[in-house]
Amino acid sequence: MKITIVDRLVLLVMCHVAGYQIITGVEGLATLPMIAYTVGFGVLLLAGLLLIILGFDALDSPVVVILSTVIPLSLSLGLVWEHLAAYRTLYLVFAILGFLVIVITRSVPMKNKLPVLVLAVVHGIAGMTIFLLPFLLVLTGRTAPAYALVGLGGALIGLGGLLLSFLKAGKPILSRKTILKILPGLLLLTTAAFVLGFSAA
Amino acid sequence: MKTIIAKLRLYWPLTKSLQTGLLLSTGLAGYMSARCPVMHWYDFLGLGFSLFLAIAGSTILNMWYDRDIDAVMNRTHHRPLADGRVTPAEALRLGLVISVLGVGLAVAMSPLYGLIVFAGLFFDVVVYTLWLKRRTCWSIVWGGISGGMPILAGRAFGTGHIDGIGILLALAVLFWIPTHILTFAMRYFDDYQAAKIPIFPSAYGFQVTRLTIAVSSVVAALSISAAGILIGMQWGFVRLLAVLSAGLFLLAVASVFRPTERVNFGLFKYASMYMLGAMLLITLSDL
Repeated sequence: MKITIVDRLVLLVMCHVAGYQIITGVEGLATLPMIAYTVGFGVLLLAGLLLIILGFDALDSPVVVILSTVIPLSLSLGLVWEHLAAYRTLYLVFAILGFLVIVITRSVPMKNKLPVLVLAVVHGIAGMTIFLLPFLLVLTGRTAPAYALVGLGGALIGLGGLLLSFLKAGKPILSRKTILKILPGLLLLTTAAFVLGFSAA
Repeated sequence: MKTIIAKLRLYWPLTKSLQTGLLLSTGLAGYMSARCPVMHWYDFLGLGFSLFLAIAGSTILNMWYDRDIDAVMNRTHHRPLADGRVTPAEALRLGLVISVLGVGLAVAMSPLYGLIVFAGLFFDVVVYTLWLKRRTCWSIVWGGISGGMPILAGRAFGTGHIDGIGILLALAVLFWIPTHILTFAMRYFDDYQAAKIPIFPSAYGFQVTRLTIAVSSVVAALSISAAGILIGMQWGFVRLLAVLSAGLFLLAVASVFRPTERVNFGLFKYASMYMLGAMLLITLSDL
């Protein structure tokens, strides 16, 4: 499916929103979460730019699976480091190991279900962290209510990841055409929700 | 009035507006890197106008000289000079007048600035196009040096002298040029062969060319980042510059290890966006 001018414009707006977040950062953060958020929004920005340049064909590359893991892993690492001090080291180890294992299982040909299992576990933990942690923080009064938008962003990017993963696995939830039609808007909404949520912090 | 508009429409493609615009943006960014937060609009506009004239003028002169090559190549045979819509004498006159106006205005604004603008035009037209382009594939080094002159000129106009940061910025453009030109040379390899123009892929092969692109991309990204830090860009802007540089590096690496036509041309397009983005960041970082 060819990418349209409207798709490109939506992605361009998304890139600007992600770029804005990278420039402004989150006030008062330590170095590691700042790097983690920069990496997360950086991958979103680069994904948007590559889709603008190469069109939806870019999604067929095997590297997409690896790069799309970086977004939830880095954002969730930033959140855990910022808000769950007791789990910092544990989650950092999980993020690094999870990424490495995904790279290995995606690079070495395997006939069993290990690559899918690894992907599901790593994506699942990282995705649920981004989705649930902000809501928990809001409900316990530790952050402003608007911070729940970060959780909403997590839910949206999880939805996008799910649609694309099943599509690539050959068991699409929606048709390829529908998924590609909603993808630019979904990416923009995701990024906007993250940025608005973080600005509330 | 209609005749003038028709002529302008005919002349505009001779300036390669996108390439001229990109080089113009480097010159304006060079100036802003030195003048922010104090900036005079008349200086800024004068700089933009003189650089535009000088760059467009040299591009027209190049196109005048290379009209025989353009006529042979599929990609360029429809250009106004190559297909005869503009006569060579007309293009030469236009190129000379615009170049003299551009350099003249630059000299009037500042002798040092004018000298650098003239050097850029001289390297581009005389050394690169007239002398080396048809003799050696290494001519792109001189094309790169001339490409680095607008940013150096803008910086020198802002500071009043040539400094290390200006040279670093010019180096960044110099090393960015191979990413831009060599990806193009690979895409239109047959065209260049038909025109008998020596290019890197024909002299050293595609793999060496891809490696050259990757190395020069890394050096360009490092040079821009180093210049950005030395200029005193805010950390947020440095972070974004690092992200964009990472994208350039990853695409360059992908073009070495997983070379496809799509990745190659993606790198070409990304390199242009990268340079424009980097210049915007340098320009906006202190506003």
